[in-house]
Amino acid sequence: MSGSFQAGQRVRVKRDFPELRGPCHIRTPHYLRGREGVVERPLGAYPNPEDLAFARPAAKVPLYHVRFDQPSLWNEGAAGDTVLVELYEHWLEGTA
Amino acid sequence: MTDEAPPPATHDLGGAPRFRCTAVEPDDEAPPDEFGKRVDALRQILGRSGLMTVDEMRRCIEAIPEPEYHALGYYERWLRGISALMVEKGVVQAEKLR
Amino acid sequence: MAHAPSAESVALLDRFVAALVAKGVLTEDQIATQIASTDRASPEIGARMVARAWTDAEYRALLLRDGGQAAEAMGVSMAGAPPLGVLEDTDKVHHLVVCTLCSCYPRAVLGYPPHWYKSAAYRARAVREPRAVLAEWGTTLPDGVAVKVVDSTADFRWMVLPQRPAGTEGWDAGRLASLVTRDALVGVALPRA
Repeated sequence: MSGSFQAGQRVRVKRDFPELRGPCHIRTPHYLRGREGVVERPLGAYPNPEDLAFARPAAKVPLYHVRFDQPSLWNEGAAGDTVLVELYEHWLEGTA
Repeated sequence: MTDEAPPPATHDLGGAPRFRCTAVEPDDEAPPDEFGKRVDALRQILGRSGLMTVDEMRRCIEAIPEPEYHALGYYERWLRGISALMVEKGVVQAEKLR
Repeated sequence: MAHAPSAESVALLDRFVAALVAKGVLTEDQIATQIASTDRASPEIGARMVARAWTDAEYRALLLRDGGQAAEAMGVSMAGAPPLGVLEDTDKVHHLVVCTLCSCYPRAVLGYPPHWYKSAAYRARAVREPRAVLAEWGTTLPDGVAVKVVDSTADFRWMVLPQRPAGTEGWDAGRLASLVTRDALVGVALPRA
């Protein structure tokens, strides 16, 4: 299963908070919601943990390693430092 | 989608300011005690048996109220999560755990 | 410090195991076998993989391409284990692994995670002030080396392939492996000759 995003592509993490809508299990850290990063590489496709957590049928979702500039996440830190995070495709959107 | 960002969930700790001044203790070499090893073994056996996924276990750990989450040890949290899940699924009865 | 379980938790564990045994879900023997199997994994496995990668270019390529296959090549069974990814340190980048959401850890090749890895302080701080966290291990990076924090949030588990220290020319893989600590495989420390 190949996903929609390519290595090197700029993406934005959806600024969504399913926590507000009821019980959930999500693997997208709060600190990245709404943030922009760059796809480092696709990592394959895996059953959606948001469904697995409730024993629902879980479709495979493409997973990506996405790199973020570390100082701009926190307004502190050393220039050039980065954070690399595994994110599922349904949490990502392309940037204009 | 919403514009209102809630505070991060209890377990979602990346960047959490309340731990900024807590030192990480690098010198802890101790393996888990017998309690931790038994809980760890339960997780693996129940996972392999198809009775639970790691994501179900995590969901149940994430449901532990914040004061308890931080008061409980790591494997105590696991035990709370796994046992609650097995009750939820009807594998064991809640009365047997009281 | 690791935290001793409360009497209440110890009692809950006893009752829970008794209920699972009564239901026929598992046996005490299975628990003992599982503990013995888990106890066999230790950071020595990761250290041997790194030392081999330092001395064998073909193995290094395999390790970076597919950590799970590289572990199997060292006799580790990866059946049922999550995929293993390996992060290559260079003159420009140093990797540091954390799991901010729980405590995902490459257990198949490193064994049980240490207490600090699971602590709220490590999970909170590593992504925000990684250099301050490194400093608690006395780890400072040369000028020009960027920190890349790897937040282990999903299906993979991550291990660092550190750089081979200077002054180890001619060492065999066994001697090199002795330099590679668990902390170096997580990225909080550097191997030193």
